Amino acid sequence: MAEKEMTELKKGAPLLVVDHLTKRFADLTVLDGISLTVHEGEVIVIVGPSGCGKSTLLRCLNALEDIQGGEILLHGERISQNNKNLTELRQRVGMVFQSYELFPHLNVLDNILLAPTRVQKRKREEVKEEAMALLARIGLESKAESFPRQLSGGQKQRVAIIRALCMHPEVMLFDEVTAALDPEMVREVLDVILELANQGKTMLIVTHEMQFARAIADRVIFLNEGGICEEGPPEEFFDHPKTERAKQFLQTFTFSRKRS
Amino acid sequence: MPDLGLNVLFKGKNLARLLGGLGVALKISLLSVVISIVLGIVVGLLMTWKNPISRALMRCYLEIVRIMPQMVLLFLVYFGTTRIFGWNLSGETSSVIVFSFWGAAEMGDLVRGALISIPRHQYESAAALGLSGGQTYRYIVLPQTVRRLIPLSMNLITRMIKTTSLVLMIGVVEVLKVSQQIIEANRMSSPNAAFGVYLTVFALYFFACWPISLLAGFLEKRWR
Ligand SMILES: Nc1ncnc2c1ncn2[C@@H]1O[C@H](COP(=O)(O)OP(=O)(O)OP(=O)(O)O)[C@@H](O)[C@H]1O
Ligand SMILES: [Mg+2]
Repeated sequence: MAEKEMTELKKGAPLLVVDHLTKRFADLTVLDGISLTVHEGEVIVIVGPSGCGKSTLLRCLNALEDIQGGEILLHGERISQNNKNLTELRQRVGMVFQSYELFPHLNVLDNILLAPTRVQKRKREEVKEEAMALLARIGLESKAESFPRQLSGGQKQRVAIIRALCMHPEVMLFDEVTAALDPEMVREVLDVILELANQGKTMLIVTHEMQFARAIADRVIFLNEGGICEEGPPEEFFDHPKTERAKQFLQTFTFSRKRS
Repeated sequence: MPDLGLNVLFKGKNLARLLGGLGVALKISLLSVVISIVLGIVVGLLMTWKNPISRALMRCYLEIVRIMPQMVLLFLVYFGTTRIFGWNLSGETSSVIVFSFWGAAEMGDLVRGALISIPRHQYESAAALGLSGGQTYRYIVLPQTVRRLIPLSMNLITRMIKTTSLVLMIGVVEVLKVSQQIIEANRMSSPNAAFGVYLTVFALYFFACWPISLLAGFLEKRWR
């Protein structure tokens, strides 16, 4: 009990509150009354079997999906598809997808600058300075004028992260950002996310990289059949899963062979 | 060396007349292309609409245009409207109407193809960055659509220029008609003129269409 209070104290104020969120596609219920509070500076990793609704959950948080029940509040303001301030709210939630979707007709710099200059109406010079500094941090400043087709998958994904960061979002959502990458490129992308965690960025991360999840998470959420099946600190979840379903799930990541 | 009958070209104003004929053909096709692009964008948007009626109508329109020989359309508009409505359309006007009717359908199909080829993720990436619907079209969808469209529509333009050779059938004096006149007038003095004149027409069409093909190839490479 005392220990629990300690961890509560370490957290910042609630930033994003998900309250009994329900999402259906026709008559398929994908998210069934999920409740979840994300605190400032917290890194939450969401894991779960394929098709359990991880992507759908993140997409709801950015109102890319309409929802059938419950509500999502960002600093008390409701995120929903019929909110008039939707575009303003979306600027405060950064998102990076699995399939790196840079805009193919714009070079790296213009990809990054488009939304800050057109949507937030910030000065191009000012954003450019910031973007170049971020590109330099990930060693891609020489690619500023390159087009997406000239970049590797890992490079594209890192640019996509910077594109989202330049909007100064309050929370970042990552949906399996390394799932489509060659193994040797996974590391460079995960390192960027790790650095964001060290800077205290609030993040929700969906990933199948369990080592990474364990290293970066403040809290792991195990999603199964549309509900939160289990949640806790990473050591607890990975070393001593409480539910049978979580144990089964974790077993799919370990291999063993009978030897005589 | 055999007599290719090229000498008739330098008789009187024959070469200038041929170029003038080519000018008429190019004028008809360029006018039609401009009209086709404008109408084609509308047709293409209607083809991607969710409304099944507008989609079905556009589908029928496209099928009719593809099945119907252009010559029949030309006759229908040029001769038919005079009879039925008493309109007195000039050959050139009729040609522009028919070519635009044809071009708008073909262009519409190209626009539709370009629009639906933009992946859903592009819209979502834009939305996730806070772009409004209008901004998404303006900065993301339209630039990509146009890039895909231009090389394809170049192809349509060259096809249109070539097909203008049909309009001599409704009395428009374009390049092919001029060549027939020249050949006819010189049948006695240079019986081989047919070869030389048609060879020249071939060259003229080639030099009118080739730069367009080159430009299409260049843009395709540049924009991919
Ligand atoms: N647009 C849609 N229409 C209908 N059903 C959908 C749609 N999107 C997702 N689903 C269904 O919702 C369920 C959850 O999908 P979701 O993509 O959220 O799973 P996931 O946990 O991200 O899986 P994965 O690990 O494979 O990415 C699946 O059963 C899927 O088939
Ligand atoms: Mg997914």
